[in-house]
Amino acid sequence: MKSDPNKLLRYTPFERANHWLVAITFILLALSGLVFFHPAFYPLNQLFGGGVWTRILHPFLGLVMALSFGVMFFSYRKLNLMTPTDRAWLSHVREMVDGDDRNMPEAGKFNGGQKLLFWLLVACMVLLILSGIVIWRAYFAFLFPAAVIRFASVVHAVAATVINALIIFHIYAAIWTRESIDAMLYGQVRRAWAKQHHPAWFREMTGGGK
Amino acid sequence: MASLAPTFGRGAMTNHWVDIKNANVIIVMGGNAAEAHPCGFKWVTEAKAHNHATFIVVDPRFTRSASVADLYAPLRTGTDIAFLGGVINYLLSRDKIQHEYVKAYTNAPFIVAEGFKFDDGLFSGYDAAARKYDKSTWAYEIGPDGYAKVDETLRHPRCVLQLLMQHYSRYTPEVVSNICGTPKDTFLKVCEIIATTSVPDRTLTFMYALGWTQHSVGSQMIRTAAMVQLLLGNVGMAGGGVNALRGHSNIQGLTDLGLLSDLLPGYLTLPREAETDYQGYIGKRALKPLRPGQLSYWQNYAKFHVSLMKAWFGGAATKENNWCFDWLPKLDKVYDVLQVFELMHQGKLNGYFCQGFNPLGAIPNKAKLIGAMSKLKYLVVIDPLATETSCFWENHGEYNDVDPAKIQTEVIRLPSTCFAEENGSLTNSGRWLQWHYKGAEPPGDAKPDADIIAGIFLNLRELYLKEGGAFPNPILNLAWDYKIPRSPAPEELAMEYNGKALADLIDPKDSTKVMVKKDQQLDGFAQLRDDGSTACGCWLYSGAWTEKGNMMARRDNSDPSGLGNTLNWAFAWPANRRVLYNRASCDPSGKPWDPKRKLIGWDGSKWTGADVPDFKPDSAPGDPMSPFIMNPEGVGRLFALDKMAEGPFPEHYEPFETPIDTNPLHPKVISNPAARVFKGDMEAFGKGKDFPYAATTYRLTEHFHFWTKHTKLSSIMQPEQFVEIGEELAREKGIKAGDRVKVWSNRGFIKAVAVVTKRIKPLQVNGKTVHHVGIPFHWGFKGIAKNGYLANTLTPFVGDANTQTPEFKSFLVNIEKA
Amino acid sequence: MALQSLDITRRSATTTASPSQRQTIKVAKLIDVTKCIGCKACQVACMEWNDTRDAIGSNHGVLDNPMDLTENSWTVMRYAEVETDRGLEWLIRKDGCMHCADPGCLKACPAPGAIVQFSNGIVDFHEENCIGCGYCIAGCPFDIPRLSKKDSKVYKCTLCSDRVAVGLEPACVKTCPTGAIVFGSKEEMTHHAEGRIVDLKERGFAKAGLYDPAGVEGTHVMYVLHHADQPEVYCGLPRKPSIGPMVGLWKGAAKPLASFALAMVAIGAFFHYVTKGPNVVSKEIEKEFE
Repeated sequence: MKSDPNKLLRYTPFERANHWLVAITFILLALSGLVFFHPAFYPLNQLFGGGVWTRILHPFLGLVMALSFGVMFFSYRKLNLMTPTDRAWLSHVREMVDGDDRNMPEAGKFNGGQKLLFWLLVACMVLLILSGIVIWRAYFAFLFPAAVIRFASVVHAVAATVINALIIFHIYAAIWTRESIDAMLYGQVRRAWAKQHHPAWFREMTGGGK
Repeated sequence: MASLAPTFGRGAMTNHWVDIKNANVIIVMGGNAAEAHPCGFKWVTEAKAHNHATFIVVDPRFTRSASVADLYAPLRTGTDIAFLGGVINYLLSRDKIQHEYVKAYTNAPFIVAEGFKFDDGLFSGYDAAARKYDKSTWAYEIGPDGYAKVDETLRHPRCVLQLLMQHYSRYTPEVVSNICGTPKDTFLKVCEIIATTSVPDRTLTFMYALGWTQHSVGSQMIRTAAMVQLLLGNVGMAGGGVNALRGHSNIQGLTDLGLLSDLLPGYLTLPREAETDYQGYIGKRALKPLRPGQLSYWQNYAKFHVSLMKAWFGGAATKENNWCFDWLPKLDKVYDVLQVFELMHQGKLNGYFCQGFNPLGAIPNKAKLIGAMSKLKYLVVIDPLATETSCFWENHGEYNDVDPAKIQTEVIRLPSTCFAEENGSLTNSGRWLQWHYKGAEPPGDAKPDADIIAGIFLNLRELYLKEGGAFPNPILNLAWDYKIPRSPAPEELAMEYNGKALADLIDPKDSTKVMVKKDQQLDGFAQLRDDGSTACGCWLYSGAWTEKGNMMARRDNSDPSGLGNTLNWAFAWPANRRVLYNRASCDPSGKPWDPKRKLIGWDGSKWTGADVPDFKPDSAPGDPMSPFIMNPEGVGRLFALDKMAEGPFPEHYEPFETPIDTNPLHPKVISNPAARVFKGDMEAFGKGKDFPYAATTYRLTEHFHFWTKHTKLSSIMQPEQFVEIGEELAREKGIKAGDRVKVWSNRGFIKAVAVVTKRIKPLQVNGKTVHHVGIPFHWGFKGIAKNGYLANTLTPFVGDANTQTPEFKSFLVNIEKA
Repeated sequence: MALQSLDITRRSATTTASPSQRQTIKVAKLIDVTKCIGCKACQVACMEWNDTRDAIGSNHGVLDNPMDLTENSWTVMRYAEVETDRGLEWLIRKDGCMHCADPGCLKACPAPGAIVQFSNGIVDFHEENCIGCGYCIAGCPFDIPRLSKKDSKVYKCTLCSDRVAVGLEPACVKTCPTGAIVFGSKEEMTHHAEGRIVDLKERGFAKAGLYDPAGVEGTHVMYVLHHADQPEVYCGLPRKPSIGPMVGLWKGAAKPLASFALAMVAIGAFFHYVTKGPNVVSKEIEKEFE
């Protein structure tokens, strides 16, 4: 499929593929993780071939997600550095949630909310990976005392809860902000969309013209 | 056993396992019951829990027994006589003995012959060249009436008590501590607790095993304990006695049935070379009473002997041929295992049958044994397992580094069943004969030992019949009337050792009454005759299988007295008596010393009670008869006469390898002067300067001898050979727990893992610090546990002067990190 | 070990009631450390009854062997040489599952029915339901369960639930030669222990006592200790074992609350959508680019 010259390139094919790899593994991790999270979710193990397979697969999926998220982190970390504009944006976030973006400071490629999300995701991911390794019974858990494993289990559960909430929020934001999903699916966004939601980025991409 | 018989009259555990629960004080010394006898040890915990017993362990190592003891006293290996001699001194000097008992039931009042002396480590009559004593002065003074003289006042300077006091006065607490390394206050604490049992209603029991027997003075160690017990009045009492714990489920049965080279069944003895005359042979053994009115039960020797010969040779044994006396071998010396392997080593013995025995592991100085077995023409091994002995010619690398090409010995292995694969009886430490039933079929071609021996015998006899040979009579005339000659049944053998009537036995008191009909089983050894009308394979076991059936298979554990004398459980020799010498549990007037543990009592016409009286049942209190009925003097011997090789009173001699290179009591006589040492072996003893550490070998609870390294579960529990050393020695030598170490003596070396422990502490002995090295011995080069060195690579080729039991418990080694 | 049992108090990862029509008496195994001679007969009996076999290992410079609990060694003797005011003491403790009244393993387990607690107090693993996550190992205050390398299932002492169910004592109890291990109702065992403690105090062990830790609401395997005031000298027997606040957090009310919170986030988002409508490009900007 050829790119539309009228649209702006927001995500390269590699970025998109990587994003969806993270997304898919996340979904699988969330579903398999819930199996161990609470008995109510235990039946979800059937999606993975039973309890034992769920236990085997979950940490390996975690590794895949950790790697692809790592790629994401290195690609976006500079773009997500907070600026005074972002902080101003965040201070107006209440109006944004209310659906009124007239007074919002101009966002770059990512707005302050997205950046905050990014760093929260990074924090959760680091905690999940570290605590996940500690409680990975087959290969690592025997290296740690029970107290550390217990602490790591709690960290893992808390971080998983937080990241789930963040991702629900992330997905909703993508749905709520129409055409965002197109950006991640097809890579391009309409210029109007760009100017509406990311005016600073729009100027950067177009030099201020149409 | 060679110490209890000279003291009490019979060589066996005086009491029995269950009876230990009745003790007030229990001393485990020269043994480690918790580890070596964990099941029997339950009676120690019972005594502690229900009888408030105090439990003491005396041992070079803080053992698993010590872990549950109220008091642990360390001592240097091989110094038990010094310790117990010190106890005797304590009891006598502080007057903590049971006077009435000592006076009535021991030979304390007996007057010793003039000429008996003890001087600077030697008793009178020593012949240094022969390393033997002329024991003629070790005797009682005999009066004109033919009886031994006594002094009831116990004041005669040559009465046993006075000599005893004099002998042990040297064993002061300071001397004991100096020799044994036991802290003086700990020693005195032990004495104090022991002394509490000198009152009539408290008893002490000694539990010992190979930790006493396996010394060059082992028998005398046991005897010292026996003497302590006589002084305290604890023999014949429930919860008392000197209790030999046998290491093998049926080793008591081995000696009972006369499997030692100088014995016949029932502790009858083989004639010596000079004893060619039957009457002389019997006369020397049928001991006449040494005091008036004594039973002197061995007077019946001829009845036991003739009945044995009738059992063996049947109709061929007649009064005219002295019951085949000429067919018995006449010993020029005792053929104990050390002697046999010495002869083998000299090339004078060239065929060897080895049944249920692994001498390569179980005899000292492995290098000498390999040399000896390599000189054999043939070696037959009858065993359920592939023992090291049967594979002595195989090269197993460092563990058995021999050149098979240079060994020409033909080895024949005959697989036998193990005890669980056949019916039979086992005689336990407490003299109980307990019948057991086959639990499984034997594997492969394994056959019961009886079948193997029967096969060998019948084939040999056929050869004698066909080809003739020297002195065929004993073999051709041996009675062999088993239903299946090649497979004598255990039941037939048991009935044979019980004995039967060969003719109607008439009651001697009433000639109209037939007591036992011809061919009926006897009720007991009291029915044996010396006229050929009874046959009995082992008089001591008579009563085990009577006309009523198999008494050994009885399983009624009812215990009306609560003392644990379950008379209807199995059968105990002799005559189902449970506590030996139980007449001594009552005072001379017949009243029990302690009414709470009344074993027997006089009911006006006979002795009766919770046990079978070990006494003439109708000999009333007040009669002169004394409780030790096997002894001609009727009493227990504090003075052992000529029954022991090295003297009538035990004296402390150092092990042949001693870390202090002297004997603080008498530096001129260091080690047992009467112990037999073969040419070449004296040179193989190490000296303290080259081998500074006192070593001792022992067993672990996880294993049984060299057997269980063939079983998986035991091998899991203790998989690999190790030696134990104290933290101080480890520090000096730079050895850490888990390091591999090399331990060597003057005879060879072993390598093993070091277990470094607080449980072995250095001892201060004669101004020197003595460290112990503990060497468990269960490993070898066969089996499924990790291969290891045979520990007897290290041990010296010398034994106890009486039994020739090797000195496995005390020798010298050096150690370093491998 | 059938799940059809009628006397189950609790099952792991199960939020509804367990079959519990039949109520049995609470049992206990009492290990009298002061009577124990460290003979390892219990280790052998355990392997024999359960038909497990550990590997033939090595000596590590101590008498202990196997060195630790494994999936095949459900009990091991631990030997401690301790110098006290009484001199040297050799404290030998049979280690194994304590069968806590409040079992951390069961609480931690995410697999329904992999761990059950019978009404007699026995905490048993049903390995066929085990998923091998090892959470029970982390949940145990005594470091008991062991994961098998062979099948990734977790194993531990069953208190011979199969024997006890038919009125027999556990195999270790049956074999113990000195009577250091006894078995009966928890009440009887507590009473038996009291008698032992009186005897020990008379023998100079002033601090003798029963180990039945309250932190896990008591255990169905109890110890008589000469030094009950310092259980840790017995090769690290925990002084105050408890499941711990972390497991409480991890397995307690937090998770249902977290699940609820997540659901609220999703529902909140939905209501936001239906109340505020989508965030679309404004008409002005659309016009600009037309």
